[in-house]
Amino acid sequence: MSVVPISWYLVLSAILFGLGAVAVVFKRNIITIFMSIELMLNAVNLAFVAFARAHGQLDGLVFVFFVIVVAAAEAAVGLAIVIMLAQNRESLNVERVNLLKL
Amino acid sequence: MSIALVVFFLCALLAVGGAIALILSREPIHSALSLILVMVALAVLYLLLGAPFIAAVQIIVYAGAIMVLFVFVIMLLNMGVEERTDFSKIAKFVGVPAGLVLLLGIAHWVFHSSVGTAIANGAGSSNDAASTRDLSLQLFRQYAFPFEATSILILIAVLGALVLARKEE
Repeated sequence: MSVVPISWYLVLSAILFGLGAVAVVFKRNIITIFMSIELMLNAVNLAFVAFARAHGQLDGLVFVFFVIVVAAAEAAVGLAIVIMLAQNRESLNVERVNLLKL
Repeated sequence: MSIALVVFFLCALLAVGGAIALILSREPIHSALSLILVMVALAVLYLLLGAPFIAAVQIIVYAGAIMVLFVFVIMLLNMGVEERTDFSKIAKFVGVPAGLVLLLGIAHWVFHSSVGTAIANGAGSSNDAASTRDLSLQLFRQYAFPFEATSILILIAVLGALVLARKEE
C-alpha cells in the first residue's frame, strides 16, 4: 500500500493547485473560474489526505470532510450569484462585470 | 513496479490531463466534464491512501452533487462558447510567471525542506486503512461542535442562494 512516497502525492497536489491558479487568472467565463477554484480545493484536499496518511492521524481526514462541506455551501451561493449576474449582464464574461472598477 | 505505483501514475496522469483540459477547452460544459474526471481520479487516489470514506464522500458530494449543480447552471444559462478576449497584459506577464513560481516553490519545498524529506522517508507509518469507525468517532467527539456549526453554515448558504436567485417581483 505504501510503496508510493507521500511526497509524490504532494507534488501532484502542487501541480493541480498551480493549474487551478493559472486557470483562475486566464479564464474569462465566471463559471469556469468557479470550477478552477473547486480544482484548487481538491488539490488541497489531496495534500490533507496525504499528510493524514504520513502522520497516521485522522484529523486531516476530518478537515477534508469540512472542506467538502464548505465547498458545497460555497457552490450553492456562488452559482446563485452567477445566475443573477447572467440575468443582469446577459453575459458570463468577467470583464463585463466592472461596475466597481475605476 | 507494483500495482499501487501503476494506479498512482494512471490517476495522476488522468488528474493532470483533466486539469489541463479544463484550462484549454472553450465550452464550459467540457470544462465541467474534465473537472469530474479530475475528481474521480482523486477519489481513486484517496482509496490508495487508505481513506475509503473520504473517497466515497468525494464521489457522492463532489462528483455527484456539486458538479451536477454546475452542469445544471451551465445548461440553464446556455451562454455558449466562452468569449475569448485578448489576454490582459497583467495575465500574460504576471499570471503565468506567478503560477509557475507557485508550482516550483511548492515542489522545491516538498523535496528540500526537512518536513518534505522526513515525510518522504517515513511514508506509510501506519499500513492499515483509516477505518470509517475511527473517523466517525473523532468527528462526533472531538469535532462535534464544528460539525454542528457546519449545519448552520449550510442552512445560511441555502437561504442565501434562495434570496439571490429569486426573481424580483
